[in-house]
Formats: sequence, structure tokens, C-alpha cells
Amino acid sequence: MKVLIPTPLRSYTGERHEVQAAGATLSAILADLDRRYPGIRFRMIDEQDAIRRHIRIFVNGNQVRALQVPLQAADEILIVQALSGG
Amino acid sequence: MAGKVSTQKAATGRVRLLVATRKGAFILTSDPARRRWKTAGPMFLGHTVHHCVLDPRDRRTLLVAARTGHLGPTVFRSLDMGKSWKEAARPPAFPKAAEGQKGRVVDHVFWLTPGLASEPGAWYAGTSPQGLFRSEDGGANWAPVSGFNDHPLLATWTGGEQDGTPDGPKLHSVLIDPRDAGRLYVGMSSGGVFESRDKGKSWRPLNAGCLADFLPTPYPEYGQDPHCVRLHPLAPDILYQQNHCGIYRMARPDDRWVRVGANMPKQVGDIGFPMVLHPRNPDAVWVFPMDGGSVWPRTSPGGKPAVYGTRDAGKSWRRLATGLPARQAWLTVKRQAMSADLHDPVGLYFGTTNGEIWSSRNEGASWSCIARHLPQVYAVETA
Repeated sequence: MKVLIPTPLRSYTGERHEVQAAGATLSAILADLDRRYPGIRFRMIDEQDAIRRHIRIFVNGNQVRALQVPLQAADEILIVQALSGG
Repeated sequence: MAGKVSTQKAATGRVRLLVATRKGAFILTSDPARRRWKTAGPMFLGHTVHHCVLDPRDRRTLLVAARTGHLGPTVFRSLDMGKSWKEAARPPAFPKAAEGQKGRVVDHVFWLTPGLASEPGAWYAGTSPQGLFRSEDGGANWAPVSGFNDHPLLATWTGGEQDGTPDGPKLHSVLIDPRDAGRLYVGMSSGGVFESRDKGKSWRPLNAGCLADFLPTPYPEYGQDPHCVRLHPLAPDILYQQNHCGIYRMARPDDRWVRVGANMPKQVGDIGFPMVLHPRNPDAVWVFPMDGGSVWPRTSPGGKPAVYGTRDAGKSWRRLATGLPARQAWLTVKRQAMSADLHDPVGLYFGTTNGEIWSSRNEGASWSCIARHLPQVYAVETA
């Protein structure tokens, strides 16, 4: 499954903005991402499994807020850095 | 041991300053005379870096506590003085809460303390909100100190989110008695000073004599706001703290704080954030007073910045402002942003929230600005 990575997280993916991950839920996808790119999950998901305040995750253009959302192989995941400058 | 001056040999040669800022970290390096300085960096540009500390046991492991506006908190490690970095495999994090219960989340790692020489690889980290974590492997993996984080009275001691600093409640000033790795102190804003004698398994408040004028009870058992607590490495029964409510000293076994800041000039007061100890003289201390009146501006009183120093354990204080701006300078120095080197005479350093680093080669007698236009300075450590 295609996962689009925002600039703050590309230090984990070798600066690649598009990577692949496998899993039947968003939670599984994030776990697989963390196996491939160690440490990336904790920077966007906190220890209580909540998406961090300034991270947004979209599946096929729709924002998701729960990690247990089921996914299909053709889905596209977009991880976005929300506004947090200054 | 109180009052005795150690004969421990002073350091010589160049000094490094590890500067943590709201937008990254920098390393300032002096010449052997400490007259000229070069600034290297930024490292982690754009990251909020709360603390950058060199391991004094190996003189090569550097730990940085960082997060960004978007990404969660972590710790980075360097084994080559900042040339390359590796992220902690398991950064400080609270345990996952049981289903239906609200768990705590580390917002940022605020404080780093290396362990004693007798515990190679050991480090402690203090977080916001108040949490204590320990690493056994040089900062690669961190585990909660459950005796503290899960203490049934922790929430009572610390109050709620509203009882912390504007940047969140914090655990700071993680201190280890150099005679006994099991004897720990922490400071909490808010919460007060706490002590453990069993390596963090149990804790007790250590706040007798310390004012909390923002609470209904002026001298409560806990709930105070220590801004910076220091333990003298050569006289570990001597503790000092710059508190929200003044400057205090404790000489154990007496477990009572004495407000030595009462001897400061009344027009200056004894409110501030940082506090620095002389590395060889337990009676010598420096502070950077800030205005604690009305709405707590936390800037140099009257716009006239000065360091104040004592050489008699707080009985008297001397204004040390030569070279600092004489007027219209509203400096703020955060609790981690002032430090001392090990030279003779001792070098003193502080960083300001407007991005300046000031240095004194003569224990505060005169000052010069050695860097400016940096981001907001959070911490300055010597290395």
C-alpha cells in the first residue's frame, strides 16, 4: 500500500516521500512502517495510540482519527503535518 | 563539610558550551584563554531542543532532548561530539493505559542527567508532564521509573496541567548524590522537591521551610515551584534552589530550607530561574534575578540585568554587572540556561531568550557577549 510521507518524517525514510507498507488496518500499516523505518511511528502516534496533535492522516482523501480503521490493498495513505509553525 | 573549599584541581584549556534552543542546538568552543569563541551549528535546525548534555564519564557521548512542532518527543545520541546522530530506539514514554483508562503522554523530554561513574551507561530524563525515566545503555533505551511515575500521590503532589509552567508542567533538576547512586532528588514545577533513598522505588517530599505564596497554605508539605535545584558535588549534603518564591539553601541532615535570598537587595528581590554552583567552593553560588512582581514579568529588574553572587552561602550577595547592558535590557534566562566551567577562576555562562550568550572568565566580575542572534536559548551546559 502506498504511504505518502511529509517532510518532517522523511529523515526516517531516506528522504523518500512515497513508501510502501502492508497491513489490514491503519494500526498494522503503522507497525509495518515502524519495522521498515524504526522510530517513525512514535513521532506521529503517542504512547496511548493517539495520533499526535499536529499530525493528520488521510485514507483516500478522508481524514481518519482511529488506528483500527480497516484498509484495502489499493488504498492510499497520506500523512500530513498540520499547521504548527512559529 | 559545609563551608570548606575543596582543593580539587581546576580544569584548563578550551571550553565547550552546549546550547539548546527553541530552534536547534549549537556548540560554542573557546580558545584556551576563553577569550575567543566559535559557534558551530545549528544541529537539528527547527527542532525544539530542551537540553543537550555531554556524558562526563566518557567525554564523547552527547545526548539531546528534542521534539518538533509536529513530531513527538525523542532523544538523539552522538558518539562523536555532534558529527553524527542516532535516535533512541525506545524514547521516554509512559506505559499504555488499560482499556478505558486515560494514560499519560510525554509532551517533551525536558531534562537529562548522566549517572554516576559507578553506573556506566546510566542516565535519567525528566519530562513534561512530570515523569522520570532511566536508561541503562547510554540513552538508547528508556524505561519509566515506576516508583515515581506510578506513585499513588503523584497527581496530588503535582496538581493538574494548569499548575505547571506556561510550557507545561515539568520534572527537572534530577540530582544524584555522588556518594550513593540510590539517593536521588528531583524538582517539579509544580510539585516541589522530592527525595528517594532507594534508587527511585519510594519518594518523599523535601519542602519544609520553602514558601508557596500562590497556595492557600504558605508552607505546604508539597506543591512548591522549585525553578532549579542544585546539589554540590563535593559537599552533597548542601542543596540550593532558586524557587518561584526565593533562593533557598539546605544543609543536611537538617531537612529544612532556609531562605538565603532574604539577604538579597530588596529592590532586586530573589526571584529567578537559574542557579549555578562554584565547582569547588560549596559556599559560592550565582543567580540571575528577574522581576517576580505583579504579573511576574520574569525580566531583569528595572531593565538592568545583573548576576548576583555569594561566597558565604547566601549571607551576603554581590551585584556582578560589569559589561552587561546598563539599561533598557529586559533579559530572561531560563532555568537550564546558566552554567559554570571547572576553570580557576571559574567561567560563568548564561543564555537569554533573545538569543544571546554571555560569558565571564572571572567568576562574574565582568561579562562579554560571545554570541547573539541565536534562537531563544533554553539551556547552556559546559562540556
